[in-house]
Amino acid sequence: MPGITREEVAHLARLARLELKDEELDHFAGQLDDIIGAVARVSEVADQDVPPTSHPLPLTNVMRADEVRPSLTPEQALSGAPAQEQQRFKVPQILGEE
Amino acid sequence: MTVTDLVSYEDALATYEPVMGLEVHVELGTKTKMFCGCSTALGADANTQTCPTCLGLPGSLPVVNAIGVESAIKIGLALNCSIAEWCRFARKNYFYPDMPKNFQTSQYDEPIAFDGYLDVQLEDGEVFRVEIERAHMEEDTGKSTHVGGATGRIHGASHSLLDYNRAGIPLIEIVTKPIKGAGERAPEVAKAYVAELRELIKALGVSEARMEMGQMRCDVNLSLMPKGSEKFGTRSETKNVNSLRSVERAARFEIQRHAAVLSSGGTIIQETRHFHEEDGSTTSGRVKEEAEDYRYFPEPDLVPVAPSREWVEELRKGLPELPRLRRNRLREEWGVSEHDMQSILNAGAVDLIVATTEAGADAAAARKWWMGELARRANEDGVDLDALPITPEQVARVAALVAEGSLNDKLARQTIEGVLAGEGTPDEVVEKRGLKVVSDEGALGKAVDEAIESNAAIADKIRGGKVAAAGALVGAVMKATRGQADAARVRELILEKLGVEG
Repeated sequence: MPGITREEVAHLARLARLELKDEELDHFAGQLDDIIGAVARVSEVADQDVPPTSHPLPLTNVMRADEVRPSLTPEQALSGAPAQEQQRFKVPQILGEE
Repeated sequence: MTVTDLVSYEDALATYEPVMGLEVHVELGTKTKMFCGCSTALGADANTQTCPTCLGLPGSLPVVNAIGVESAIKIGLALNCSIAEWCRFARKNYFYPDMPKNFQTSQYDEPIAFDGYLDVQLEDGEVFRVEIERAHMEEDTGKSTHVGGATGRIHGASHSLLDYNRAGIPLIEIVTKPIKGAGERAPEVAKAYVAELRELIKALGVSEARMEMGQMRCDVNLSLMPKGSEKFGTRSETKNVNSLRSVERAARFEIQRHAAVLSSGGTIIQETRHFHEEDGSTTSGRVKEEAEDYRYFPEPDLVPVAPSREWVEELRKGLPELPRLRRNRLREEWGVSEHDMQSILNAGAVDLIVATTEAGADAAAARKWWMGELARRANEDGVDLDALPITPEQVARVAALVAEGSLNDKLARQTIEGVLAGEGTPDEVVEKRGLKVVSDEGALGKAVDEAIESNAAIADKIRGGKVAAAGALVGAVMKATRGQADAARVRELILEKLGVEG
């Protein structure tokens, strides 16, 4: 039975830079375990002769010509940014005090 | 670990065998990004070349750039790789603001090209084969500016600013297999490999591969194992080593650093390291995340790429002559040594000399001007040779004027100076500055007579058989004509008038 441990949830949270409290870790570990369990049932149905599906349609080689299309204006691009400075997206400190 | 703790290079190599892996990222020269139609033109204002796709906005859909795929196949073929019949893109998930999507679209276990090699030639002519693991397609990240810390560094910064113009520009990552057996020549092999790869990329026309502009960047992975061992040691990954010289220095430094750690009983930590141009050292970066931490999975928004064998063969047929073979052919045609050819390559003069000979100059003259006067000027001005405001056709014209006797070397140099100063074509400069060789035999004869008259003692020596003394008289005539005479003709006239056989 596949599943996910509390330690793995904590690890994923760290990779995603999410700060989770102890009770949140317990909570999400339970929920994620249920979800993974539900999805895992698919592999019980799929036999060896069914390859994993990454794309629902049998399409290949969808490509575009190398032609410039209009971009957004910087105002449009930045319109959803929580903060901006010098026409750039402003993000909080990346490295904490270590 | 400080710089002073290094062991000498010789001692390190006496005990250990270096193993290298080189990862090179090449920014393709496509007009648009890898997965959207935003322009890739350099120098645009911040965030003027973005769209919902490269900003990772909900509902946007990427579509791969056909030239991006074509370029990847060309690179793969030129590196003697197999080209995948079917491959997918993958999401490389990581949380860092240089990618607004929180993942980089890359390829994971299905690269478009794999299992190849590149033969590189070292300065003494030895050929070393570097095996290629894979070449895969991915995209570049945005550009961060760190604010509030010392000299723009991320350490101590209060916040950072992101420009996503570069996010999504096509990249091809080329990864070698472990390079073993190079021994003390490992740093030299690393440099020669990156140099050869750069020439190859340029010859394919898929990128200008200017390292100083970040169009080509190298990561140097290095480990040491005791001599005779087959088991690789733990490696360090020195990131963003961005000049040929730095590649060599970084490899050398890491060999010495690893040896120092291992010899004193320590262990190497697998980590990324930063290279410092100032002193050629590296310092510790972050501890490397494991591949599984990137949680790669097939990119559901992009369909698989399945290059038809017909397309691949068509691209193979169109491949240019490999740079190393071309250089060897030219070297023989030009009759120069390995060493001279290396200098020509390092100066970025190969194509310029070829273009000059194609414009009619002979190879020796073309080489003389590009590697002499023009190389000196480029060096003084701190620009690349091909950035000088003179064309190969113009250099060929100067060479032709010299060959027909209209200019001597000194006048030719002045002509080139005029062209570089924007005074026009060689013919216009010659005309405006009045640089033609004095070919009026009457005027020249008069100057020769005067020189003989005022240097009677020297003239006597020459009459007495000391032909070598004629040089002094030639000099006097050249001075009198302000350099505008054909020195060989002047010498002839002097000997003629003094009744001596040259």
